[in-house]
Amino acid sequence: MKKKVDQFVLRIDPILCDGFGHCHELAPELVRVDEWGYPIIDGRPTPLNELGIVKSARLAIRGCPRQALAIEYTRSDQ
Amino acid sequence: MSTNVMRPTPAAIDAPTGVRRLLDRTDLPQTTLLPGHRQIYTRPGSVRRGRTHLIKLVEQAGLRGRGGAAFPTATKLRAVAEGGRRSVVVVNGTEGEPASRKDAMLLQVRPHLVLDGATHAAASVGASEIYVCIDRQNGACLQSVGRALQERRQYEPDAVAVTLLATPPRYVAGEESALVHWLNDQGSMPQYRPTRPHIQHVGRSAVLVVNAETNAHVGLINRFGAEWFREAGTEQSPGTTLVAVSGAVERPVVLEVPLGIPLRSLLHEADADSDPQAILLGGYGGAWLGAEHLDSLYCNEALRPLGASVGAGILVVVPRVACGLSETLRIVEWMANESARQCGPCAFGLPAIAKDLSSLLRGSHDSRAILARVKERCSVIEGRGACRHPDGVVRLVKSALQVFSDDVEAHVGGVPCVAAGSSRRWVAVPAMEPESDLVWE
Repeated sequence: MKKKVDQFVLRIDPILCDGFGHCHELAPELVRVDEWGYPIIDGRPTPLNELGIVKSARLAIRGCPRQALAIEYTRSDQ
Repeated sequence: MSTNVMRPTPAAIDAPTGVRRLLDRTDLPQTTLLPGHRQIYTRPGSVRRGRTHLIKLVEQAGLRGRGGAAFPTATKLRAVAEGGRRSVVVVNGTEGEPASRKDAMLLQVRPHLVLDGATHAAASVGASEIYVCIDRQNGACLQSVGRALQERRQYEPDAVAVTLLATPPRYVAGEESALVHWLNDQGSMPQYRPTRPHIQHVGRSAVLVVNAETNAHVGLINRFGAEWFREAGTEQSPGTTLVAVSGAVERPVVLEVPLGIPLRSLLHEADADSDPQAILLGGYGGAWLGAEHLDSLYCNEALRPLGASVGAGILVVVPRVACGLSETLRIVEWMANESARQCGPCAFGLPAIAKDLSSLLRGSHDSRAILARVKERCSVIEGRGACRHPDGVVRLVKSALQVFSDDVEAHVGGVPCVAAGSSRRWVAVPAMEPESDLVWE
């Protein structure tokens, strides 16, 4: 049987991003900022059962003034 | 069939036996012209045995792209061929690397070989059109390919339509996504591709972007076969490749060598300084390699563990008298200026790194802290641009700090460096354009 997606990575379009820093405010667990205010997101997937982190990821996506963020769902067995 | 269509006898040629394949028999007169070219290389037959035949052949030959990323060409061909939609082939001869002249040289000496290869590639993916892209500032190359195309229209009018295009003269304009974006009448700037490999489109046609030299290899593989191609080179990196050698050499040259040649023999063949301090491999976004690694082989599987790669076929020799740090600084400053300034980490990070290197070079009361900061900034920037431009600079700086650790220590310790004060430069870096003159078209 095919396993369902069970984890996600927050992806950022670096061209759209203008370094507003909202994502860092809204999802500090996932996003750090560098010295110029641009977000640093490590590529490690987060399990979807971490509901709090999923919620802040959604908030960050909605809160981005440049709409530069997206969630990419993946499967842990891949 | 019109009478001026030239049909040479197919038996007239043998496969080149030596390591000079692309540049085989350059002593014959007029091989840049189509009749002369056709005496050496017959007209490619149509790919009637099924489109997949050539792709299989390229796969068996193990050809990897010669533009820098060394991506398997067959995978690219297959991705576009299986898309099942309209497609075009783009011959990438933009060659933004200032230290490289290999594609320019090939397009001037053997324009028809590249065009033959592009015709094969187009046939194998079912492309309806070929675009040959050459840097607008490279007039000689534009002229040679322009003449070649005219000849083809005259002698072989039934071939696939080829269009010659002059691209903007920017370093990142030759990047695949930037080139495709420009072909779509938009700015020649790299684009964000969340998933790779990513098939791009010009209008509604899928695009196959292939480096000029790679095209020439595709043409040869279709003529002489995969086994012949594998006679040169190593198991994982078969074939020959062009290398542009400059720096501490008799004169800058472009050589054709089999992949896997020892670096020392490569230097010897180029009449280079036989006891250099270091060499720059791959290009301005490449890596420095210390002299202790000169017994390594020139192929990716041997160079990758050392942090370097064949890259875009560039080798710059830096002698012992040079200051590696100042050579690196000039490259980094230029590369920072060539950034498209789309992504924050590249637009702000690269100038910051350049400034750090410059204060290291000049000497400062807190050099140690600056050195630590450069390393920190390098790791922060890496992998955060839409294209690989910042990653290349980071790789260069990281390798410089390692390879020239003695120079760096001297500068950090406040010891004046003799070479840094000298006006002799080894890596040819073009003059920087002021930011106001950087037009993105």
